[in-house]
Amino acid sequence: MTAAVASAGIRDNPWLSFAGRRLGRFVVSLWVLASTAFLMIQLVPGDPVRAALGMTAPVELVNARRQALGLDDPLWVQYGHYLRGLFTGDFGTSMSSGLPVAQVIGDRLPGTLKLAVLAFAVVVVVAVPVGVVFAVLTRGGRRRGVELGFTSTTVLLAAVPEFLVAVGLVALFAVALGWFPVAGRGDASAFVLPVAALAIGPAAVLSRVVRVEMLSVLGNDFIRTARAKRLPARLVYVRHALPNALTATLTLGGLMLTGMVAGTVLVENVFAWPGLGSTIVQSILQKDYPLVQGIVLVYGVGVLLVNLVIDVLLALLDPRSTIRES
Amino acid sequence: MATGVGRRGSKWLAAARTPLGACSIVLLTLVVALAVLAPILWQDRAFAVDTDAIGQGPSGTHLLGTDSLGRDILFRVLVATRLSVTLAVLATVIGVTVGLVLGALPSVLPRAAGRLVISVVTIAVAFPGLLLALFFAVIFGVGTHGAVLAIAFAMAPSFARLAQTLAASVVGRDFVSAAKVAGVGRIRLLVRHVLPNIGEPLVVNATIGAGAALLAFAGLSFLGIGVQAPDFDWGRLLNEGLDGIYLNPAAALAPGVAVVLAGLAFNLVGEAVAGVVGVRTRSARIGRRSVPAAGTAAAEEHGDDALLVVENLQVAFPRPSGWTVPVRGVSFTVRAGEAVGVVGESGSGKSLTGLAVSRLVETPGVVTADRLEFAGTPLLTTPERELRGLLGTSLAMVFQDPMTSFNPTRRIGRQLAEVSEQHQGLPRRKAFERAVGRLRSVRIPAAERRARQYPHEFSGGMRQRAMIGMGLMGEPRLIIADEPTTALDVTVQRQLLRLLARTRTEGDTAILLISHDIAVVSQTCDRMLVMYAGRVVEDLLTGDLAAGPRHPYTRALLAATLELDTDRAEPLTVIPGRPPEPDRVPAGCAFAARCPAATDQCLVEDPVLESVTAAHRVACWHPQEDAAPERAREAVTAGGAE
Ligand code: SF4
Repeated sequence: MTAAVASAGIRDNPWLSFAGRRLGRFVVSLWVLASTAFLMIQLVPGDPVRAALGMTAPVELVNARRQALGLDDPLWVQYGHYLRGLFTGDFGTSMSSGLPVAQVIGDRLPGTLKLAVLAFAVVVVVAVPVGVVFAVLTRGGRRRGVELGFTSTTVLLAAVPEFLVAVGLVALFAVALGWFPVAGRGDASAFVLPVAALAIGPAAVLSRVVRVEMLSVLGNDFIRTARAKRLPARLVYVRHALPNALTATLTLGGLMLTGMVAGTVLVENVFAWPGLGSTIVQSILQKDYPLVQGIVLVYGVGVLLVNLVIDVLLALLDPRSTIRES
Repeated sequence: MATGVGRRGSKWLAAARTPLGACSIVLLTLVVALAVLAPILWQDRAFAVDTDAIGQGPSGTHLLGTDSLGRDILFRVLVATRLSVTLAVLATVIGVTVGLVLGALPSVLPRAAGRLVISVVTIAVAFPGLLLALFFAVIFGVGTHGAVLAIAFAMAPSFARLAQTLAASVVGRDFVSAAKVAGVGRIRLLVRHVLPNIGEPLVVNATIGAGAALLAFAGLSFLGIGVQAPDFDWGRLLNEGLDGIYLNPAAALAPGVAVVLAGLAFNLVGEAVAGVVGVRTRSARIGRRSVPAAGTAAAEEHGDDALLVVENLQVAFPRPSGWTVPVRGVSFTVRAGEAVGVVGESGSGKSLTGLAVSRLVETPGVVTADRLEFAGTPLLTTPERELRGLLGTSLAMVFQDPMTSFNPTRRIGRQLAEVSEQHQGLPRRKAFERAVGRLRSVRIPAAERRARQYPHEFSGGMRQRAMIGMGLMGEPRLIIADEPTTALDVTVQRQLLRLLARTRTEGDTAILLISHDIAVVSQTCDRMLVMYAGRVVEDLLTGDLAAGPRHPYTRALLAATLELDTDRAEPLTVIPGRPPEPDRVPAGCAFAARCPAATDQCLVEDPVLESVTAAHRVACWHPQEDAAPERAREAVTAGGAE
């Protein structure tokens, strides 16, 4: 009875039913992700323990290790252990260091997070004003030259992948000019080059999107209304046009944020940055599968979380369309 | 089929003819040529170890320097072209194939299995390609083969998605249904009918995909997961070069540049072909506009109470072919508290006149006038900054479409309040209170609550009231209302006109009512201007309408109104013919082509707006004298009595 009432309530409130469905999808995706990460280890050809310990390792050691990892149990038993482990925060043990995977991740995750969040902040802080300014400058087809320059510059910047940007930045600012350190994580100056390498491409893409969105918003009737109120141009653009241009910007911003998570892997390796990205590459090379599995899970959850947050934000920003569409 | 191939071929050719397309095709040809020739020509030099020159910078013998074994960087980069490009193309081919299979599976498999494939693809597409590639690299193992498969499988989901979308668009078409009816099997249907039709977009996307695969491969090799020594591709060279970047930066930069250029080559060729369908032509440059000589009557006498004075107003827009002038010399005056209507068909320039008078025409539009004054202030010469306060408080606008004229992301109350915050210096709270008061004065029920709502929670009529309320936030001396009732139904229309009339009497506010509907204007206004093809052709008191307008066009409008009496929301279509396009106005009277009274004089000489009586001006060589038909008189007086 109460359940029926509750579900009727949910059906009546589009927001609640949207949130419910979206959360459900998130949980299912989490499960698919966890299962895929589990399957990944099963799919590795040959004996992962043998592969990790090397061909010369004695059979007894390999067998003992297999036993310890529970690799000889039936598949579904292993799967059960694995899922239970995930719920209790037990991600297994790193084969190379013998440390719990959760501990390694806990050590390395902050480095990557700082990099990604800083880079994203830089992208937004740079791209939104740049996009708005160029939209205003080139609105209604004026200043074709400026438009051409803006478009070709951003297209070019966006075409260079972040690790090549990183190499270029290192060559210029670290080697030739000596302004910033090449590698590692010392003081704040160590952040400059990695963050720049991560941010330049996405900033170029996002500023282009902001400009196009702003241009289409500026053609709306309500902008004419705002002008008819004789608001200063700054207010017309920032208060009336910009919020309406943000929906599409946010959608793309989310895509870029997940792309940036991947970008950190390469950029961390250019700068020998002590984060998850350099760790996963080392562990792939060392065939440290439990660690690889754990980091894959972290990246995967990161991507799913970003998507979830973006969808919820979109629903908040534009309550009518988003909820109805989904 | 032959024509299909020809069309496809010509599309690629057309792409080659655009500057971008030509550049990218040259670049791609260069890359492919290098891939074929470089290993044949320079294999030895790429491997030659020079122990005298280890880790050197650029020099005469080694243009880009050497690596840690003294091998020449330039030749190594050139030779690496083959492996880099081959691996990228290989990965793309495998990726597209796997993607196609994945994309086709749902239509071949049983329902449940098909749905599973679709949802797996959906989840996979949400992940960045590089993460997928890393994931598959774990499964397929480190090394060249593993990396090719990893990148291929990372590409597959997005191609599966693409194939699904494309196929879905083809499957609905006639020939596929016909084939189904003819009993063609599912797989055969796919291979023979669906695939050929989605081939073109697939090839374009695969070309772009190859560029991405090239970059991704460089990434994997750079990480040490892809190509392993002694083999080398650009990513591997980059990896080795970065270690010695202090010794020879060129060793790291050169392979990076090669990757970017080759990636761009694939990318741009794909984009160029994709873009060819909608080729844009560049707009021709137009010179500065010289103001055409005034073609209208001498300056009118303006009384002391003139609020808005307009003389020889022109609005022009640049077009590729030259200037087009939709408003061609309009002159009129609005006195304080007066209600003046502007009538005409769509395209007569009436709305643009309203915008120009309120200084809302944006560049590239150009507004000129001999005189344009509001409340004694010249609008064209006073700087915008100084005008803002005056126009913001004394001139209100009401636009046609209440659905789109409010900002959907801001609450109604705030949209009203910002007028007072901006121009009257009221603090937020006070301004909001004033907004609530104004909403109440335009009879919006529960104004306090309504002010906190968003525009989409208002009905059309209520929004238009709110719009008038917004105009009343200042102390408006003139309200310019452009088709304020056109989008509303008849009952709401009446209420709104009454509200305008009441506002006018209460605040001694003048009204400029722009409308295609002569009846609406005659109900609300003292005087009306009839516009045709960017000119005022008649200026008369609405009271004289019953006695008979003089201009043939006004008469036709009036007659049309009678026939349309039942549905005034419809635009006027009853007068035979169409008004001339603004860039093709004939030499004589613009109305001549549609005018029953036209003579030879009308075809060559442009009539000037001249006074016939003190309050009546007409631009016509042959003004009509007789009274309007009886029915017209009735209609107008009946409307006026309301
Ligand atoms: S000038 Fe001639 S063509 Fe024009 S409206 Fe008068 S009679 Fe008709």
